[in-house]
Amino acid sequence: MTSVRQMVQPSPIWRWLLLGQLRTFPFRYIFAVLSIAIGIALGFSVHLINASASDAFGDAVRNMSGSSDAQVAGATSLGFDEQLYGQVYNLSEVADVSPVIEMSAVLGESGARVKLLGIDPFRAATITPVLLGRQESSNDQSASRRGDQAALATNIAYLSDAAFASSNAKPGDLLTIRANGQTHDFQVAGDLPGIEAGQSVAVIDIAAAQWHFDRLGVLDRLDIKRSEKATQSSLTRAMQEMLPRDARLSGAENEIQKRTSLSRAYRVNLEMLALVALVTGGFLVYSAQSLSAQKRQQQFALLRILGLQKSSLQHQLLWEGLALGLAGSILGLILGYAFAYLILTIIGSDLGGGYFSGSTGPIDVTISALLVFLGFGIFTAIFGSFAPGRRAAALNPAQAIKTAVDHQEKGKQPIWLPGVALLVVAGGLALLPAVDGLPIFGYLAVAAVLAGAIWLTPWLARGLLTPLSRLSGRGIAFDLAVHHLLRSPSQAAAALGGIVASVGLMIAMVIMVSSFRTSVDNWLESILSADLYVSGGLVETSFDSKQQAEIAGLPDIADAEFSKTINISLDPKQPPVNLTVRPVESSQYDLPLIAVAEQRTAGIPVWISEPAARIYDLQIDQNISLPIGARGTPVYVAGIWSDYARQQGAIVMESEDYTVLTGISARSEIAISLQDPQDISAASERLKAQIRDIAGTEPQMSNAAGIRDIALGLFDRSFAITYGLEAVAIFIGMVGVGATFAAQVGTRVKEFGMLRHIGFGRREIIKMLAYEGLLLGIVGLAAGLLSGFAISQILVHVINPQSFNLTMKTAIPYMLLLGISATLLITSGLTAIFAGRRAAAADALRAVNEDW
Amino acid sequence: MYRLVAIAIFLAAVLSAGAWAYSDRPDYPEVTSGKKIVFPEDHGSHDAFRTEWWYLTGWLETESGDPLGFQITFFRTRPDIETNNPSKFAPNQIIFAHAALSDPKTGKLVHDERIGRAGFDIIEASSGDADVKLLDWQLTRTIEGVFDSKVAGKDFALDLQMKPSQPPMLNGDNGYSRKGPKASQASYYYSVPQLVVSGSVISGGRAMKVTGRAWLDREWSSDVLPENAVGWDWTGLNFDDGSALMAFQVRGADGQAVYAGGSFRDAEGKQTVFSPNDVRFRPQRIWKSPETGAAYPVEAEFIIRMGGQWKSYGLKPMFDAQELTGPFTPTYWEGAVTTSGGRGYLEMTGYAGKIAL
Repeated sequence: MTSVRQMVQPSPIWRWLLLGQLRTFPFRYIFAVLSIAIGIALGFSVHLINASASDAFGDAVRNMSGSSDAQVAGATSLGFDEQLYGQVYNLSEVADVSPVIEMSAVLGESGARVKLLGIDPFRAATITPVLLGRQESSNDQSASRRGDQAALATNIAYLSDAAFASSNAKPGDLLTIRANGQTHDFQVAGDLPGIEAGQSVAVIDIAAAQWHFDRLGVLDRLDIKRSEKATQSSLTRAMQEMLPRDARLSGAENEIQKRTSLSRAYRVNLEMLALVALVTGGFLVYSAQSLSAQKRQQQFALLRILGLQKSSLQHQLLWEGLALGLAGSILGLILGYAFAYLILTIIGSDLGGGYFSGSTGPIDVTISALLVFLGFGIFTAIFGSFAPGRRAAALNPAQAIKTAVDHQEKGKQPIWLPGVALLVVAGGLALLPAVDGLPIFGYLAVAAVLAGAIWLTPWLARGLLTPLSRLSGRGIAFDLAVHHLLRSPSQAAAALGGIVASVGLMIAMVIMVSSFRTSVDNWLESILSADLYVSGGLVETSFDSKQQAEIAGLPDIADAEFSKTINISLDPKQPPVNLTVRPVESSQYDLPLIAVAEQRTAGIPVWISEPAARIYDLQIDQNISLPIGARGTPVYVAGIWSDYARQQGAIVMESEDYTVLTGISARSEIAISLQDPQDISAASERLKAQIRDIAGTEPQMSNAAGIRDIALGLFDRSFAITYGLEAVAIFIGMVGVGATFAAQVGTRVKEFGMLRHIGFGRREIIKMLAYEGLLLGIVGLAAGLLSGFAISQILVHVINPQSFNLTMKTAIPYMLLLGISATLLITSGLTAIFAGRRAAAADALRAVNEDW
Repeated sequence: MYRLVAIAIFLAAVLSAGAWAYSDRPDYPEVTSGKKIVFPEDHGSHDAFRTEWWYLTGWLETESGDPLGFQITFFRTRPDIETNNPSKFAPNQIIFAHAALSDPKTGKLVHDERIGRAGFDIIEASSGDADVKLLDWQLTRTIEGVFDSKVAGKDFALDLQMKPSQPPMLNGDNGYSRKGPKASQASYYYSVPQLVVSGSVISGGRAMKVTGRAWLDREWSSDVLPENAVGWDWTGLNFDDGSALMAFQVRGADGQAVYAGGSFRDAEGKQTVFSPNDVRFRPQRIWKSPETGAAYPVEAEFIIRMGGQWKSYGLKPMFDAQELTGPFTPTYWEGAVTTSGGRGYLEMTGYAGKIAL
């Protein structure tokens, strides 16, 4: 048996063997290492970017929650009844309460967006002192000493540094703040030293916030300090018992969780891509090690005869795998950090997906993350070395020492049963539901399809090549190529495995993205049926019923529909859904319904988006309660419509129902049909001015085509990063496959020498190798296309619905697939020719005598 | 007394710091002579006036016979801000309170404070009778006429029932109390001396039953101190024989009195009201606060002319370090003092710079 010491510390001879290998055959090792590095880099950078964005968000939330032990938040952006403030205060579990109005607002002409908080500084002083303003350069000594604690003036505002920067305001300025469709001027009194850098926040008095921004009688948040006698759980219990339906117990951790859940599926998808690169790396390690073991058979046999144990040989290969994995992982970690740094500093943490927006903190690398990713890379490489190691150990040394054992698999039938079994398992896995919102079984199904496809590739190769071998008159080079491939299917499989894996995944991604984009495009077409869209947008304009009537009566307008969108929280653990208030039954513009109630039930109907239906498990006709009003509002699901825009879900309610429920008739968006749709550019200019005159602020106006372009642009941008990363992974994969092929060709120098002896020209050998490459390419392409299509169906019908809660129709991009196929075939042919030129250049005589 | 005028003015100044743009301003009633003080209504809040307070000071004795000094002050101000804000959070009334406990055993004064805008049944000063609620602190007059106050601060708590043993003493001209040379510089002002105290105190983590004597000062007004005033010195003394003395001087920058006044009521209930020329304050020993650097005449005497006779009331502190300072509390000295045949409180403001105006 090998001693433990020997296992742990490779003796100099092993190092020599490994380094010798590296010097002789650097390329296949380099590509194996690179592929592992790419996988690690991808996974690690996604992890770092997300951790940095999450930390920044979490810090900001915690920062602004101060030392509160609990928070009550409005379930909708309508807030909750302000009397709750006194009721919560009177709970014996509560020591103090700070009431807060929270709105999104726009500062001055700059259009700078801030979080506007209305606070009672006296109450905030004990719970969230970070929200207290500091008066700037006050001449009054007493005011500056005391005033920093309690400036109560109701028409002054304090800005955070980020808000100062984005609004260009200075202390003492009169600043117009727009929020909730209202505007009011505030004097900038000073800054908010407690607010963390990067957070755009403005703080005003709570009474001013209620009065000037149309929030009388309501609050958005209560920051609560627990009394010393109460425990956190008794506080939670007491609160839950008394909270009305339109208020919810919230807290910093809840907010962080909500945000994380929004980007989780996206992150998992990116990390799965990283895993794909890793798996490809594993394949490359496998083929590189197989070849090198084969090449070193005689070395190994000699060592065995000299008294080395079987297991030591196997360990040698595992050690080599460890070295490869370590090199790949370390390189990957460095690349991943650099990539994350570039993304965060240049592009921002958005990553193109829109999920990581907001400010980011410094990149925080934890030891545990480093170890996990290092472990992944090393495990992959060791795993790839396992089978070659076992094969090397199993060799009969007496036989192997004499001659390099060539392909001993002539005529052996490939076993197809495990491959088929894997595909059947994949089918079963694809039918299983998501685990905790993540399509774990879907990804396992993808892995099973890949494994099955790779397993079946030799079988497929035989199936495709056998008919070719019966064809005659194609030339001797072609026949030799076909027969070579038929004689050594498993050697072909080593090269083919990499091709199938990367081509299959690329095809799958391409089909999935094309399906997604086509579905989004069709959806946009159906949902953007008005000519012009006006939104309160940046300037927070809102139109009251009188203004709505005036706008509807403008001469250019054939029909104007007014709508409004608020946030509404159906589950405290989920991000809020959008509640859009618009005409439905009487509307000119149909919702893209995919399911409708058979008949109208009594009560208030709502139409929910497909993601909302999936997230909250809602069916047609189901009765639910919306958290509007202290007792909630019972509604029923009258329809489900497809929506690709709001991953968190959306609900549509009849405009009239909303007005009756809330008493709010103001709306902030308009969908306009023009009298003359041809006149759109001139009409929109006229309308812009007229609506400005009516509403008092410049409206944001866009036409349907513009919105569609923006939406598709966003879509492409969010997938650009995916495409880019995928392309890099596949490129490395393909180059690795090429290197494998070249190495295989390198082992056949003797064969070429023989062929030269019996009269083959160099050109014929190269031609034969080109055919081999082409045929391998065709087989790989066929397997890749088949498995890619299968995987794309798993992505379209299982993984995407489970992670993003939306469905789509398959749309195959034939031209793109044709292009990929052609590129693959040309590349494989060229690689073979390139490899062949080198091999055929060797001296024929020396080659035949290659024996030592 | 109008010691708290300063706090009122400070708050009013802060509150109105940015209110210049509005024309809807509070219409503060003027303090005029001849208004009759009526009980129990005038124990309650007078919301229209700019400032008002309920000021309790007194000496306590634990069951083991150890003395303690306490003060509990509830203070209401109506800030000079726009009055047309319909929000229930509009800071139309601010309630502020501080409380302190002086313990000669530790030589330390512990104190705490509360502040908030009135509303939502959490913070209220009711009219009709004394009933002030400020978060977890409160002062109410029970149906038996007992002033009941509960305040719990950092490191101490007071739960005291103060039962009047005498009718209220109307200061100045039947409760119309001049503060300066101008007739408008005045307040409505009455005191309830010789309150019999029982209750409990938590100090140093120990709960103790206490008894004692206390003094209630009630004052409401709309106008400010004379412009040239930097501070004042005030005392309220309960004598063992049942008589009571209140005296004050408003001090200018030169240390000289700008205005002065006071009342003496003997055991039989006969009251003498002092004119400005009848009251003098003479410092005797200075103590310098290590915390703020302010120098207070912690030992002093009030020299009063009554019936043509000058009489000196020497005041000695329970201990020196009875200075208060806090986020919302101006820096001043408010301490338990003894005098020959009586005990009470001495208040000195404006020694740490001019009291905020």
